[in-house]
Amino acid sequence: MTEYHFKTPIKEEDIRKLHVEDVIYVSGTVITARDQAHRRAVQFHEEGKEIPVTFTGNVLYHCGPIVMKQDDSWSVVSAGPTTSTRMEYIEHKFIEYFRPRVIVGKGGMKEKTLEALSKYGAVYTIFPGGLGALAAKSIKRVVGVEWIDLGTPEALWILEVEEFGPLIVTMDTHRESIHKVIEKTTSENLNRILSKL
Amino acid sequence: MTTLSREQLVDALTRGIKLAVTSLPQDVKDAIKQAYERESNPVAKKILSSIIDNFTLSEKDGIPMCQDTGTITWFVKVGKDFPLIRELESILQEATRKATKVVPIRPNAVDPLTGKNSGDNTGRFIPWINWEIVDGDDLEITVLPKGGGSEYTSQLRMVSPGLGIKGIKEAVLKTIFEAGGKPCPPIIVGIGIGGGADIAMKLGKIALLRPLTLRHQNPKVAQLEEELFNELNSLGIGPMGLGGDTTVLGVNIEYAHRHPATLPVGIVTQCWAARKATLKITPNGEITVLSHNIPNIFSIKLLGE
Repeated sequence: MTEYHFKTPIKEEDIRKLHVEDVIYVSGTVITARDQAHRRAVQFHEEGKEIPVTFTGNVLYHCGPIVMKQDDSWSVVSAGPTTSTRMEYIEHKFIEYFRPRVIVGKGGMKEKTLEALSKYGAVYTIFPGGLGALAAKSIKRVVGVEWIDLGTPEALWILEVEEFGPLIVTMDTHRESIHKVIEKTTSENLNRILSKL
Repeated sequence: MTTLSREQLVDALTRGIKLAVTSLPQDVKDAIKQAYERESNPVAKKILSSIIDNFTLSEKDGIPMCQDTGTITWFVKVGKDFPLIRELESILQEATRKATKVVPIRPNAVDPLTGKNSGDNTGRFIPWINWEIVDGDDLEITVLPKGGGSEYTSQLRMVSPGLGIKGIKEAVLKTIFEAGGKPCPPIIVGIGIGGGADIAMKLGKIALLRPLTLRHQNPKVAQLEEELFNELNSLGIGPMGLGGDTTVLGVNIEYAHRHPATLPVGIVTQCWAARKATLKITPNGEITVLSHNIPNIFSIKLLGE
């Protein structure tokens, strides 16, 4: 468990040094995207259309924040992660097309994403669920918002963050996944406990 | 003697919602801190320490600890001579709408058929109100804003009555194993045994209202709570499902007599952000906070104050 502090844009070689259980803190640009933004971004790319934000080297955050608009400026009240498996069917394409370096979510992702992380040089990290207040504190500024027509939770929020974390690497570029390991050990534990009842 | 007005009650209940979403009850804080001390897995320890940082910050700054401020459920124990009893239902709806704006909390009431969000946390049967009418003229009321992530992994299991306690344990263990990291562990498990399908689920949720430090008064049930606490923690799911010694912070059980042919077990999973606030209100407007160690509900400030 080694701790790293990164500034965006993050280099591919730095990401390839990371292993599961490492903890990272990021300063720079984080962009939120969940179900609908994922679908639209991939669709735009496949139709040859530009998307209005740059993920390359930046952080992709699975999050639907509580936001507030005062006068003409937005602020984030609370911004914890949402469950990542809902994006599993499309994340490998998203990684291939837009090249985020760090994906932040909760609950873990599966085989297709693990493969894409290794191929294109990115890591999947967990921001512990429910830490909405801590996340909001690290958000210094809302740089912009795109696709607000999707509703505030589903829009692309471009955020400037300082020391956003702890982000725990649970899937790395070496095809290691904590989620796979835990699935196996907890299943063995369950069978052991049930056999003793 | 002054009498409690509708406006005062709406205001106090709005502050009660804010207290619940920004500040954890002491028993939950203590359980998380004890888990942190006990935890031997370094990743799990890191997560638990960031959870402690988060609830400390949310309480200090008066902001929701989690962006999912849940579906609002009220548990009402009202004296039949409480002066505002006739308008209590509309008071609870008004406080919920007001809290959405002035805490603020996230609008989480969606029409299940059209998918449309009402925008103010109210809708058909929502907020849900559990009524208990008792003797006297006081109101004791709990708000339970429970997150969607942990509600998603709750389950009803029908156990063969012949399997008895072993069958109950198996149902609970399998449910929590399947839930894995999804309900944001470490979790609290509320279990309702017996009654019928609906009664078991309801009792599971009511069990969550009991402080983690109190075991059930029936020693057999208390023993089952303790055994399940140890067995669930030995699953090794750990905080956020990344492994560790701490999967559950507590197991609370309620039970009802059952039909001879059925043994329903309602298993309600509650995330670490186990938010609730309980107020006791007298007819002349004296308000006591029962769930948190704060002297005055009006020390909780709303947006713009």
